Amino acid sequence: MHYALCLMLFMVGLYGVLVKRNLIKIIISLIIMESAVNVFIVMVGYRKDGIAPIMNKAMEADAFVRSTVDPLPQALVLTAIVIGLGVTAMTVAIAMRLYERYGTYDIKEIRKLKG
Amino acid sequence: MLELMGLLLLFMIIAAIVAIETRDLLAAVISVTAVGFGVIIAFFYMRAPDVAIVPIVVEVLVLVILIRATLRVGLKTYIGNRDFFGLMVTMAMLFVIFLAAIRVFDQLPAFGVPVMTTMPDAPSNVYIADGLKQTGAANLVTAVLLDYRAYDTLGEATVLFASIMGAIAIIRKKARKKPSEPEVPEW
Amino acid sequence: MVDDVVRPKGMSPIVKTVSMWVKGFILVFGIYIVLYGHLTPGGGFGGGVIIAMAFVLMTLCCGKHEALKRMPLGVAGEMDSVGALMFLVIALLGLSAGLGGTFFTNYIAKADPGTPFKLLSGGTILLSNIAIALKVATSLFLVFTLLVMLRVMYKDER
Repeated sequence: MHYALCLMLFMVGLYGVLVKRNLIKIIISLIIMESAVNVFIVMVGYRKDGIAPIMNKAMEADAFVRSTVDPLPQALVLTAIVIGLGVTAMTVAIAMRLYERYGTYDIKEIRKLKG
Repeated sequence: MLELMGLLLLFMIIAAIVAIETRDLLAAVISVTAVGFGVIIAFFYMRAPDVAIVPIVVEVLVLVILIRATLRVGLKTYIGNRDFFGLMVTMAMLFVIFLAAIRVFDQLPAFGVPVMTTMPDAPSNVYIADGLKQTGAANLVTAVLLDYRAYDTLGEATVLFASIMGAIAIIRKKARKKPSEPEVPEW
Repeated sequence: MVDDVVRPKGMSPIVKTVSMWVKGFILVFGIYIVLYGHLTPGGGFGGGVIIAMAFVLMTLCCGKHEALKRMPLGVAGEMDSVGALMFLVIALLGLSAGLGGTFFTNYIAKADPGTPFKLLSGGTILLSNIAIALKVATSLFLVFTLLVMLRVMYKDER
């Protein structure tokens, strides 16, 4: 059921990308889609009542192995979040240039490609 | 409790719907920041402190970038959707994708049981069992990120580099001058 | 005359004073998270974004001239490249024949494993954390300053 909720968040973002006319709304929907995917990947690696994957001196080795959450999805998501910021910065730069050129954020007007 | 995760996801869905449907752009940007904070709380709940530090700063930077760079006083906005037929086709397609994707999630184990316990030869079992001995790092996420999977980190550095260079190249005011003129990069 | 008065830049004096005191702590905290990345939560990415936040705080509270005095945009671009190059050099040194092994091996830990849970026990992980933090911090500060602190001309102002 939690995976279905995560998928619904992704669908809300996808609806925004496909349907909205304002360029800022499209950028906002891309951010929502990226957040949904990050949450989903970390959710796959969660163990119920687990502990964080950081060892300390006071813990037994096999107790740690039996109760830790998966460290691999966390490593993948860590890079994905920083890349998401880079992509957002690039799309905002494109949006700024488009506004400077056409005077509007409406993609129907921009699509006409007035000289 | 797993109900806390369900409530958080429901909050995020409501904030996302508010963000894309509201007429005011400032409210939309703030709602996206609310979605981001829901994501951060979800990361803390799922025992991932390394991952949770990064979006806190990223959300603040995205908020300031979106507000300062795009919203102006007296901005003419065309809030609206596309034509009706396109809207119906899009909704139907999204509904079909949703139904098909739900079937896929039945293959995954339930929330709370990580995939690595169902497969005895998963790489995560090796990382957890031998991580401290082989790399010497107590933080297993850093050990995975910088020793076992360092190639992915190199790829991430490359992609970040390329996207930042792309953003800079788009936003520069002047193009490169000809070789005869002195080069003054105009930020 | 009124036009001779120089308008003070940035926010009110209370915000400026508190930010001047706090940014040093934020910078030191970020460096701590980077250096102890293999023992406590954090690492190169978390520490790098916190260091970027210290500079962004100075940009937001005092105007862009103060921040650009301490880290000019050219220097930020150069340190970005230096960070990426350092990471690549560390990776390529694992490929060289004398240290044995493939691209990206942790040659320091294989040659001389220190005691676990100490600062020098990670091998190349410590150097890689510093390179990644340098890269991420300067990249985020650079893109933030360029996108926020420039003034975009409107279409009818040309």
